[in-house]
Amino acid sequence: MHRRILKGERLVATFVCGCVLFNYPLLSLFDRDVEVFGIPLLYVYVFAAWAGLIALMAWVIERRTE
Amino acid sequence: MTTTTTKKVLIADDEQNIVISLEFLLGREGFQVLVAQDGEEALAKARAEKPDLVLLDVMMPKMNGFDVCQALRADPELSAVRILMLTAKGRETEVSKGLGLGADAYMTKPFSTKELVVQVRALLGL
Amino acid sequence: MLASPVIVAAALLYLGLLFAVAWWGDKRADAGRSIIASPTIYALSMAVYCTTWTFYGSVGRAAVSGIGFLPIYLGPTLVMALGWFLLLKMIRTAKANRITSIADFISSRYGKSHLLGGLVTIIAVIGVVPYIALQLKAVSGSVSILLNYPEIVMPHRSETEPVFADMSFWIALILAAFTILFGTRHLDATERHEGMVAAIALESGVKLLAFLAVGLFVTYGMYDGFADIADRVAQNADLRRLSAAVPSGQGFTSWFSLTVLAGLAVLFLPRQFQIAVVENVNEAHLKRAAWLFPLYLLLINVFVLPIALGGLLHFAGRDVDADTFVLTLPMALRQEGLTLLVFIGGLSAATGMVIVETIALSTMVCNDLVMPLLLRMKRLALDESKDLSRVLLGIRRGAILFILLLGYLYFRLAGEAYALVAIGLISFAAVAQFAPAMIGGMYWRGGTREGALAGLSAGFLVWAYTLLLPSFAKSGWLPADFLTQGLFGTELLLPQQLFGLSGHDEISHCLFWSMFANIGCYVAVSLLRAPTAAEASQATLFVDALKHARPAGAALWRGRAEMADLIALVGRFLGPLRARAAFAAYAHERGAAGIDELEADAELVQFAESLLAGAIGSASARVMVASVAKEEPLSLAEVMNILDEASQLRTYSRELERKSAELTAATRELKEANERLQELDRLKDDFMSSVTHELRTPLTSIRAFSEILFDDPKIGLADRQRFLGLIVSETERLTRLVNQTLDMAKIESGHADWHASEIDLKELIAQSVAATSQLFTEKGARIKLDLPDGLPLIRADHDRLIQVMLNLLSNAVKFLPPDVGRVRVGLRECAGGLEVSVADNGPGIAPDDQAVIFEKFRQVGDSMTDKPAGTGLGLPISRRIVEHFGGRLWVESAPGAGATFRFVLPLAPAGALDMAEATEAMARAPAPLPASRI
Repeated sequence: MHRRILKGERLVATFVCGCVLFNYPLLSLFDRDVEVFGIPLLYVYVFAAWAGLIALMAWVIERRTE
Repeated sequence: MTTTTTKKVLIADDEQNIVISLEFLLGREGFQVLVAQDGEEALAKARAEKPDLVLLDVMMPKMNGFDVCQALRADPELSAVRILMLTAKGRETEVSKGLGLGADAYMTKPFSTKELVVQVRALLGL
Repeated sequence: MLASPVIVAAALLYLGLLFAVAWWGDKRADAGRSIIASPTIYALSMAVYCTTWTFYGSVGRAAVSGIGFLPIYLGPTLVMALGWFLLLKMIRTAKANRITSIADFISSRYGKSHLLGGLVTIIAVIGVVPYIALQLKAVSGSVSILLNYPEIVMPHRSETEPVFADMSFWIALILAAFTILFGTRHLDATERHEGMVAAIALESGVKLLAFLAVGLFVTYGMYDGFADIADRVAQNADLRRLSAAVPSGQGFTSWFSLTVLAGLAVLFLPRQFQIAVVENVNEAHLKRAAWLFPLYLLLINVFVLPIALGGLLHFAGRDVDADTFVLTLPMALRQEGLTLLVFIGGLSAATGMVIVETIALSTMVCNDLVMPLLLRMKRLALDESKDLSRVLLGIRRGAILFILLLGYLYFRLAGEAYALVAIGLISFAAVAQFAPAMIGGMYWRGGTREGALAGLSAGFLVWAYTLLLPSFAKSGWLPADFLTQGLFGTELLLPQQLFGLSGHDEISHCLFWSMFANIGCYVAVSLLRAPTAAEASQATLFVDALKHARPAGAALWRGRAEMADLIALVGRFLGPLRARAAFAAYAHERGAAGIDELEADAELVQFAESLLAGAIGSASARVMVASVAKEEPLSLAEVMNILDEASQLRTYSRELERKSAELTAATRELKEANERLQELDRLKDDFMSSVTHELRTPLTSIRAFSEILFDDPKIGLADRQRFLGLIVSETERLTRLVNQTLDMAKIESGHADWHASEIDLKELIAQSVAATSQLFTEKGARIKLDLPDGLPLIRADHDRLIQVMLNLLSNAVKFLPPDVGRVRVGLRECAGGLEVSVADNGPGIAPDDQAVIFEKFRQVGDSMTDKPAGTGLGLPISRRIVEHFGGRLWVESAPGAGATFRFVLPLAPAGALDMAEATEAMARAPAPLPASRI
């Protein structure tokens, strides 16, 4: 039960973290004319943050032991 | 028996025969032994004599062992005194209450005399 | 060459394959070996979220607004982080209440209201129709482009054509036929379609594969990787702005509202609810889906920008719609295989969406719109149509066809004026209107039926006014003045600048105003009154869905029904065979041998209702079951007449009141009994604790001295003698203690042996004093007797009274001061009989302690007490003995003035023997257990 609550809290934290990552003003920081390997910085940032978020969710959910 | 400085031990118990046995045991170990028959006397003797260790029974007339333990711990001059509580009530709550009030260790009656001596020596750092 | 027969054949073959998969899935499900029992399949089926909007439209959106296509996928990703408990709660609730659609969910939550279910259905149908139109537009567009292969010709506007020459119309019909085959082959109580889910999961795989293939082809086949595309873009000023695509201000508002909208849509789109909640086979699957589904979304978007930029570069200056780049790029390079794969991928995206969406909508239309209406019509009385399952299927099939034709109609009316994504967003904004009633319903007990009705209606009206009607106006089906001058030319009512709110895109504008109206009305109207009994009981089922393993719904039913009626009723809607099978399974689960052994109790009625709820919706099911479960059997027609909302609620609340009164009484009795038990238990516990404490004390001395003697053989003789003596005396104490404890226990339990005889108290006292004289001598005390002659005899147990006297005497000696002790023993006749007194000149007993000394193991005294001699049981036992013979024992004392113990024993009149025996018999009888009433 306790672990379940902890998992829930972690997921809420992940959600809040994602809300901040994918929103103004963080996005505007990366909204500039710079390219990484030819890809606009904003894209790199959004996809990297996105992948990171998914990885975090997978980690939180699939973790078995505390 | 290899002690160089004589440690002072105060036995506080209202059971005459238990006192006799403890007195004998600890005396044989080379400690200086003091005896108190009730809680108030125990507190008074502890303040007067500043023993190194108090063997404290819980169920005593006038002032029970828990109160004595609390009073001892509240006295800054007696902060170095080690307290070993003895009780015939071996319930969990009693043990944790004693330890919570600042006792260093807890033994349930009837105890093994060997273990008691080991415990006393350990508490005195011998 | 990609000739049209090849295209048609490929499409039909693919649909055939899907159907085969679905058929196989259903067959396996019937055999109990589900092929969709996997979290990966569950996650893939969730990807039905990605429609042609994603497949074709994302590239189109990216070509116009750069990164602006992404919030549609970021929103769901964020929501899936909460999906772990949000969706879990929805799944649990839906399973426990046999909920089969979002309309059912909302209607059931707010007291099983027909009106609410109908409203939700209407909103869902109207809201989702543009979305279906979008699929038709994309599929017909892709087909007509392919038919011109290898030329790239944009599809012409179809609204000028007659309907029967319009390919979209035929596509709509084919899709309808396909969906009917898929989803309505039979009726199921749970409304689950395992085969369909399997096919959807396959489709998700296909569309992802196709899209990734195009992406790789464009990025690495046509160009030389991302960097190459970027280089070429850099030389083109128009394209450069796509990299810096989130303009400040308005851009962020739009970004934010699209994220919110998509997050709500992924929960509340009818097809997402169908797949994620209704079709869920195992709630554990949610775990992996919660991150696998977002991963899918990420993968399908990786190549959107390269394709968009590649398309813009390749088709620069030509009339090629960016929505078609995914298809036209491989076409332009004559990649026949890839082109066909893309076409199939797009077809997957469209068919998946259309199938699930229309099945979900048709269930809602049937259960929450048509059935309630039919049930209210007298023509459909129960006896007229025996088997209604055919009717139900017919309604659903009709609904599927109707919805697809509505989609086609919208496509004809408004479809051409919008890009794919814009059409989809209109639908998203519509289903977002369910959010307050749904989320509020799951977490807030206070929401009421009226609140939900008001919120949904207000939100829906604002949505229609600010998004739907403008879409008609833009297509010329409404006067354009509506958009530019507002309703009746009122500027404040401009549909896309409502009340002067300007500077936002139409979606953000609509989202703000509709949510403002929706949430505002929902909360405000809900707070107007307290929830009714029906609402409150449903609220508990929903809000506490994660707390209870099983719903407590059955307890609220006072159902008394005939078994045959219930089976017949369910059979009418599910078909007789399925109904019997369901009841037989229920009987098996209950451990009954067959249906005949089942009792038609409240739980069975509840079961029947839940079976029906799957087929006709929870609100209708309640009405139907009420028709057979009432105490007076009423015909359905009568039921429909009288059973309006109000009377139903009244019955409910009366029933609830009665039940809760009974419950309160039972609870109080139980509580009292429990308290008595606890008190007895506490007493026993205290006694045990005291006994063990008293036993441990002498044991401690015995063990200590024994160990001392054992360990040290060279101990001095004097010490040895002394210690052995102490061991002996402690052993005696132990023996005494054990004896007295047993004695006490005997007396208390009424098992003691009493031998009553005529007793001369004077003689008895003299005997006792003689027995204790040794003690007095030792203490140097003197004893004075004051025992007059000629007193009457009493009837009592001689040995027991000796025991009392010895106890009082030895007790007195214990407290005497050495050498000057005096004890006076008196005997006299008094009103109640004979009184014996034992007075000492000891220290006395403080008033507070005078009651305490008669309690077990409570000794009062100080260090001068010769403690080992006392067990703390003497006085309690003495008092019991005296009381046994109808007398009483008490103490009179003041500190410093000695103590006097007195007891009175009644005289033995003629016939007292019988009395004594009667008392004894009563005492022996086991005391009535206080808890015996439970």
